[in-house]
Amino acid sequence: MASTPAAPAVAPSLVDTLFQRSLNDLVKSLRADPSAAGEAVAVARALSEIHREIRAPDAATKSVALQKLTYLSSLHFAPVGTHLLAFPAIELLASPHLPHKRLAYLAASLSLHPASLSLLPLATHQLHKDLSPSSAGAAHQQHLSALALQLLASPAAAAAPDLPVHLAHDLVPHLARGSPRAIAAAARVIAASPSAAVPVLFKPLAACLASPDPRASTAAAAAFCDLSAPPADATPFLPLAPDLYNLLTTSRSNWALIKVLKVFARLAPLEPRLAARIVDPVCQLLTRSSAMSLTFECIRTVLTALPAHDAAVRLAIGKAKEFVAADDDPNLRYLGLLALGLLGPAYASTVNDCRDAIVKSLGDADTNIRQEALHLIMGMVNENNIMDIAGMLISHVAKSDPEFANDILGAVLAACGHNVYEMVVDFDWYVSLLADMARTLLCAQGDEIGRQLVDVGLRVRDARPELVRSARTLLIDPALLGNHFLFPVLSAAAWVSGEYVDLTKDPVELVEALLQPRTSLLPISVRAVYIHAVFKVITWCFSVYVGRLGDSGMAVDVMFDRLAADQTVGSESNVALVSGEEQDIGASTVRKDPFSHESILYMINLIQTTVGPLINCNEVEVQERALNLIGFVHLVREIQELNKRNVADGDKPSRLEELVKTMQTVFCQELGPVSVNAQMKVATPDGLILNENLVELAGIVSEDDTTPSTSIFFYPCSRHSADTRDELAVSIDSSSLSEHRKRHGLFYLQTGKTEDEPNDYPQANDSLPSSSNNSVNDDKLKTAELVFAGKKSTATKSRPKVVKLDTEDFLSSMMPSANVPKEDPLSGALRDVLLGSDAKALSSQRASDINLEGMLNKTSSNESSSQQIENLGSHPASRSSSRTSKQQNHDKEKGTNPPESDGKEPRKHRSSGRSGHRQGKHKHREKSSTQPDTIPQAPVIQDFLL
Amino acid sequence: MAKERRSVESLSDLWRAGAEQAHREVEDDGVEQQRSKQAGRDDEMTIRFVLFVNKQGQTRLAQYYEHLSLDERRALEGEIVRKCLARTDQQCSFVEHRNYKVVYRRYASLFFLVGVDNDENELAILEFIHLLVETMDRHFGNVCELDIMFHLEKVHFMLEEMVMNGCIVETSKQNILAPIQLMEKTS
Repeated sequence: MASTPAAPAVAPSLVDTLFQRSLNDLVKSLRADPSAAGEAVAVARALSEIHREIRAPDAATKSVALQKLTYLSSLHFAPVGTHLLAFPAIELLASPHLPHKRLAYLAASLSLHPASLSLLPLATHQLHKDLSPSSAGAAHQQHLSALALQLLASPAAAAAPDLPVHLAHDLVPHLARGSPRAIAAAARVIAASPSAAVPVLFKPLAACLASPDPRASTAAAAAFCDLSAPPADATPFLPLAPDLYNLLTTSRSNWALIKVLKVFARLAPLEPRLAARIVDPVCQLLTRSSAMSLTFECIRTVLTALPAHDAAVRLAIGKAKEFVAADDDPNLRYLGLLALGLLGPAYASTVNDCRDAIVKSLGDADTNIRQEALHLIMGMVNENNIMDIAGMLISHVAKSDPEFANDILGAVLAACGHNVYEMVVDFDWYVSLLADMARTLLCAQGDEIGRQLVDVGLRVRDARPELVRSARTLLIDPALLGNHFLFPVLSAAAWVSGEYVDLTKDPVELVEALLQPRTSLLPISVRAVYIHAVFKVITWCFSVYVGRLGDSGMAVDVMFDRLAADQTVGSESNVALVSGEEQDIGASTVRKDPFSHESILYMINLIQTTVGPLINCNEVEVQERALNLIGFVHLVREIQELNKRNVADGDKPSRLEELVKTMQTVFCQELGPVSVNAQMKVATPDGLILNENLVELAGIVSEDDTTPSTSIFFYPCSRHSADTRDELAVSIDSSSLSEHRKRHGLFYLQTGKTEDEPNDYPQANDSLPSSSNNSVNDDKLKTAELVFAGKKSTATKSRPKVVKLDTEDFLSSMMPSANVPKEDPLSGALRDVLLGSDAKALSSQRASDINLEGMLNKTSSNESSSQQIENLGSHPASRSSSRTSKQQNHDKEKGTNPPESDGKEPRKHRSSGRSGHRQGKHKHREKSSTQPDTIPQAPVIQDFLL
Repeated sequence: MAKERRSVESLSDLWRAGAEQAHREVEDDGVEQQRSKQAGRDDEMTIRFVLFVNKQGQTRLAQYYEHLSLDERRALEGEIVRKCLARTDQQCSFVEHRNYKVVYRRYASLFFLVGVDNDENELAILEFIHLLVETMDRHFGNVCELDIMFHLEKVHFMLEEMVMNGCIVETSKQNILAPIQLMEKTS
């Protein structure tokens, strides 16, 4: 072969030309070996041939090479828009031979690329020539100009603004002739360089709208539809309305009518009189037309642009319903649903009428249709029908495929949870719905369900009994423990039943459920929650037991002797053996009275046998909780043993009572929600360099952030305030705030003023514009009603109180993945740094009081990270100074800058409260119980505001 | 041996072409900026692309009405084709993909896909696809995949006649085919 790989400028030899492969040969060679490798070889060979052939002086060879290259590049075998393709194409444009020319234009329109724009000036002259009238025959000339126009309208040409500008004048005669291609090209040119082209082209283009030639008017309608499309402003096209209207009423081309309708849909909102004018013709089209595309366009126009014309809208809705009901055509069903989705809330009731058809679409074979139907159904949800709709949807879940089932669950959760459950009136219903959702097969929304279960518990006091009932049903079912999607739900259920244990009917059963053998399947974080819940339950049982003995007038000594006697038997002999024995008793007697001596003993033994082994667990979370629990149980027994030995010692019995009371106070505070943004509103105190600390704490943070309920923040407020809650609900007064301040002596620094400054807090409340922090607060309720006008009636009457933070906070908390996790590491780290050593110090202080010392020390020494915290906090002076300065800031800001102080305190508590996965959580509670000045005194309401 | 040398040559040529192109892109930075300023204008065309894809997912024709690089085209086609091929006859012909709405229709082994703006009339596009197929059928006589493969440029010509600047400008089969017949006569 003469193919020398030398200089690329070498022209192809005669042999190459003679034996040039045609496009057909190329296609055949590509088809010969369909494998990727074979194709690549064929392409490489073809490209190398083309490279040579395309330089041939002979137009025929060149054109065939160009043809092959166009073929390859249009099917992505060769890169688009290479210089290689562009130049020969422009060369061939000048060819007098029509097929060559045609090919060249095709290649040019496919290949012109921003990168080859420098070549465009070369084409300008040729285009100009082809566009101008010549001596050739009219048909031939028309054909030539069509080619030129085609290139002019291609995206490549529009990318070169000079080209259209130079050729704009050449377009005018073609526009006058009414050539559809000229019209399309003109539209492209105007779009590309409006300043230069509009003066020349706009008038002739507008004239085409009135052209008697339907092709011209159709093309013009399409062109104006294009030009007025959304990014552009449609106002300049208003003067065209008469021509367009004329077209609307007279044109018989569906293509044109669709485009005209689109333009009117954009113009009608700009000019009210226009809407009134076009309603009739549009409705006529709607009723008369047999073309579905036109009918659909009419529906869309009416629903989007003419919402004020009731009759027209009803007509359109009727048509849309016909579409939805079209059994044989999924396209129409989809479009029908799409059209109904365009309707505003004003027509919600009309959409409701065809609910059956929409619900039927939920079972459609097409995912798009199902999604659209779900979207529509969620759009018609309001507080009156949410129970029906949610129930219907949940029943649909079982029939759907996994993906769509979870779409449905997600949609229901989002709708019900929207804006702090604003649509939910009956929370008992909602709680049991959440439990039902969790139990549906294929449910993968555990995270959100768990989050909402806890959230409802925190926010809605009235829902708690039902919540505890639902949690019980979830916890006692051993089958659920195997489903990893449900772990967050179970975690939430365990937390709820521990936190609101006083509402439990049968604590013994609850303890059994929380300690059932299959809990070993749970992940560490959830197990820890389970064990902690047991702790709460047993503490509560003890307190009831002790309290009841006191009530019944039985002497504490006597009671205690009895207990001690039994206990010694239990603890001195083999624990396992005794517990087995006790379990036998338990089965029969325990159920009768959960607070009887026997049932308490039964629970203690059950705890010892099941939680005992976990003391050696490798996971710190579980180990720590287990140690706490076992330590408590041991303490109870120890006291009794002591008592047994020295019966004469009079204050031993009271030790038990004291212990139980202490533990009781640990858990007696109520938790409330805290604004997600609270921390963000707090200025960083002087001397605290967040990044520095975070770097050091990186290890702890990553380990820490495994809480299942990330978006729930806890804020402790003492439960004994609950009795007075209602009064407080009415008047949120400053005195409670000052009380809060008093109790927070540790967090507050002396300012110049007195500590009790009643005026500060109300100011803070009042000046929070968007906050409806407490729906219990009358004022806040009012603002909430203003914001959500229309929800008024239901929100104030039968609906239980929902503790609600300001709206924006809520919105952000509704997007758990967006805001909360990001923020979490920070808060976790802050919490550890700021409170770690305090909790430490306080807890040990308290421990010395009540003999828990040994247990706690063991716990903390077992936990490496808490050691770390200790180390980090080994400069108490500097740390406390940073805190105090923070508090100072806080104090100062209170008067002047309330939004900033908002949430500061809660946040702190939240962080301390959230330290639940570490020992901090209950330590914090212990701390607050033993140190009255650190208790966030907390008549539920105003705390959320702080 | 000669074959091998040839492929080496072609690769080097290709590389050179690529380098040249890259160079040019740097030079034309200003133009590029101008173009990107007009990017908003690109949004207004109604038809964004027309694709013919066979059941195996091989592209048989690709016509874009906006500029996309080769990689973008390949990625887009891959995703859309995967989506559409997975659908059954009982499902509707519209698929939303990124900011496009893809309207597709299947004829025998070939899928015809048209990417349009979101507010384009889907049913009209379905009619357009049908018109295109009918036109090809009239020209080739019982059109099949092979006809399209071997006469790709003719199909391109037909498309050019029908669609300009992303707008449908010609819907009469006779008018669409006239230039092609004229060309066949002259050659």
